[in-house]
Amino acid sequence: MKYYATKINDKGNIAVDDTILVKGFPATAGSRILDGFKPLFDAEAVTRLTNKGYEISGKAHVGEFGLDLVGEFSHYSEKENVLCGASAELVAKGEVKAALGVDVNGAPRRSAALSGISFLKPTYATVSRYGVISTAASGEALGVYAKDTCAISEIMTVIAGHDEKDGTSLKNAAYDYSNNIDVKGTKVCIIKELFDKADESAKAKITAYADSLKSAGVTVEEISCPLFEIGNTAWQILMTAETCNNISRYDGVKYGYRAKEYKNIDELYVNSRTEGFNFLTKAVILYGSDSLSKNRYDNCYGKSLKVRRVVSDEIKKILSSYNAILTPVCSKTEYESYDISEAFVKVFEEGIFTSAANLTGIPALVSGEVQLLGNHFDEKTLLSLAHSVERKGE
Amino acid sequence: MNMKYELVIGLETHVELSTNSKIFCSCGGHSSPKEANDCVCPACSGMPGMLPVMNKRVVELAVTAGLMLNCEISRYTTFDKKNYYYPDLPCAYQITQLNHPICKNGCVTLKTSQGTRDIRIKQIHMEEDAGKLVHGGNSSFVDFNRTSVPLIEIVTQPDFRSAEEVLAYLNKLKSMFISGGISECEEGAMRCDVNISVRPEGSEEFGVRTEIKNMSSFESIERAIHYEAQRHMDALEFETEELVQETRRFDDTTGKTFAMRNKETEADYRYFPDANLMPIIIDDEWLEAIKSAKPEAIDEKTEMYLEAGISEKEIEMLMSNYNIGKLLDDTVALGCNLKDTATWVLTDCAGILRKDGKTFSDLTITPEKLAAIIKMVDEGKVNRSIGRKILIAVVEDGVDPVEYCKAQGFDQKVDASTIETVMDKVISDNPQAIEDFKNGKVKAKQALFGACMKQLKGVADPSVIKELLDKKLESI
Repeated sequence: MKYYATKINDKGNIAVDDTILVKGFPATAGSRILDGFKPLFDAEAVTRLTNKGYEISGKAHVGEFGLDLVGEFSHYSEKENVLCGASAELVAKGEVKAALGVDVNGAPRRSAALSGISFLKPTYATVSRYGVISTAASGEALGVYAKDTCAISEIMTVIAGHDEKDGTSLKNAAYDYSNNIDVKGTKVCIIKELFDKADESAKAKITAYADSLKSAGVTVEEISCPLFEIGNTAWQILMTAETCNNISRYDGVKYGYRAKEYKNIDELYVNSRTEGFNFLTKAVILYGSDSLSKNRYDNCYGKSLKVRRVVSDEIKKILSSYNAILTPVCSKTEYESYDISEAFVKVFEEGIFTSAANLTGIPALVSGEVQLLGNHFDEKTLLSLAHSVERKGE
Repeated sequence: MNMKYELVIGLETHVELSTNSKIFCSCGGHSSPKEANDCVCPACSGMPGMLPVMNKRVVELAVTAGLMLNCEISRYTTFDKKNYYYPDLPCAYQITQLNHPICKNGCVTLKTSQGTRDIRIKQIHMEEDAGKLVHGGNSSFVDFNRTSVPLIEIVTQPDFRSAEEVLAYLNKLKSMFISGGISECEEGAMRCDVNISVRPEGSEEFGVRTEIKNMSSFESIERAIHYEAQRHMDALEFETEELVQETRRFDDTTGKTFAMRNKETEADYRYFPDANLMPIIIDDEWLEAIKSAKPEAIDEKTEMYLEAGISEKEIEMLMSNYNIGKLLDDTVALGCNLKDTATWVLTDCAGILRKDGKTFSDLTITPEKLAAIIKMVDEGKVNRSIGRKILIAVVEDGVDPVEYCKAQGFDQKVDASTIETVMDKVISDNPQAIEDFKNGKVKAKQALFGACMKQLKGVADPSVIKELLDKKLESI
């Protein structure tokens, strides 16, 4: 089984998803379209880690542009025995201390849950996206895979903070990623509509996790919020549209893959992109391009922006009464393989659990195979809640 | 023709801004590159992982342009992405402004032979330029030097009624932007799309509109308008063809326009907000700072120059180059007389540059140095022709005028008796010249004058020498 698309340093202690740039080493994003592309600079998060003495072990395989469920549809997995959720597995096996991943539609969170490790998708714009192969700029976030919340705190403290090279980067100089604040007396809610979407084993994980929280003095209640469903639809529309736009630069002209056969510039574009992208990416491009078209914009993209606001407000309201929201990460606790022709629908369906965090920019922590959502910049509460459960397990 | 027709024209004008760097990266602006692709970075060549970071100066120049055109300045302005595929567009989208442009609802007044007319400005928006394709042999090459060079696009309402008005407007924009330091407006830095329709005179309704894209010379714009207007009128009068709403291109060699694409086949650019660029908020403090740095409106400036006795032709020269307009204004600000300084700049500096085969853009003299020369002349320390000698040394070699003057001994006063002594010696040394002069040869006087000047090393005032010499010769 192959973990790395490119191995960099045998002694390295941090792996990065192949959607994150390391200067001079191929960056494929799991796609044939970037074949042979080598970046001229390090991602800001990589720079910050290496400045602190961490070493990058290599570029872990990802699904094409990180758009699939758990990294199952890399171009390279067609030829080799590439591992799904490679970064998460590297962490789970203790090969590296932590890994960096790009969360645009939940893939790193799902892989972390399936490998039994943790992943934090931090608050939007707290970690620089400079050097991230971008898909959906308005909701993607660079996050951290690690075995436990202590390692996440450690790595987040290094990589988070303002970067002038990213125009969206927030000006705050410091964030609090401590995992040991007192959680006794805090309140956590379970969203009924999300709980009901999970199968029995996933439900059991939630119930067990809720019990652990309760024994740590946390109040856990079930509430209803039907807006996650429409929020997911909105994010899938925004995500496909932005991705369609951001990956339109991969046209075979400047770098990466170019088709062998073409007679003119239109054929160069069409053939390169037809041969360079996989079925799922093509579906994303088609849906995204459609929702941005003149006749559809108001009812699709424009409306999704409004839904984003409504869902954001609703979640803010919930999080003014509760310190965190407890949800499943996936509908199932076991991964079942499926054909790429079903991928778009599968990702859409599973997005119900993960998309709210991308849509609204709130932090999401996967730990113990469940997910905790919290207020913007309140990672410390999520990390501390998870840490209280981790300690119980020790 | 039986009917009288009226032309209706609206303009979209793209102007390259004079900034030190591109709009979203730190690459040098439009004037720096020499070779293809030597002003390119991962951001402006569309490599993954790079994010656009707004150049603040672009906002300030766009706002300044808006203030000059009497626009409302948006306090909240955002960027959108315009999608299309072309090899000179590395990201396959252009970052531009659709929903919240930086300036709106302006107005500019034109004076032409047909009287005055107010042209309403619909909006001004900021955007990035595309690169260039170079074709050679069986291949095409892409040059990204121009990608992401900042532009403003100024969109007018359909308020023009003739080609003359269009040209008056473009010339006015050009003067305004050059003298205001917004753009150097050199060849290709100002490009126009012309929207044109024709209707029977007196009619309120607009005719079928065509758009002639991307013209950069004023001459082409004028010819294109005349051709297109005639085509529309022929179509209406003689039903030579059916007019359709379409985009056309003007061919300089044939002087004709031809169709590129019509409304049905028009591209859908799938505009949407750019999530990588945060909305820009222009607060009171920033707006005031831009306002106070804004140069005087050219109408007021023209008035001031005319009052000082500067000719219209000279004003045109001053307005056509940012360097000299600024040199004049800054020198005057140091206490020099306006009309006098204008002569130093437009006659003396221009002459020196012309002699060296250079243009105003090559002029590097600082206002401080020019003011120092003018002051030396005004205070009678040196005469004007010496002043000009100093100016030549300053323009050509960049010397310090005061030090140079001292080193050359120009500042030593020469009194009349010294001149007389020298003159007597010249006369006694040149008996033949005196003889010739007595015989009525005018040239002889010239030779004596030259000999005196040589002896006095060009230090004494030539007019004084001439006067004294005349007296001497009369008395002989």
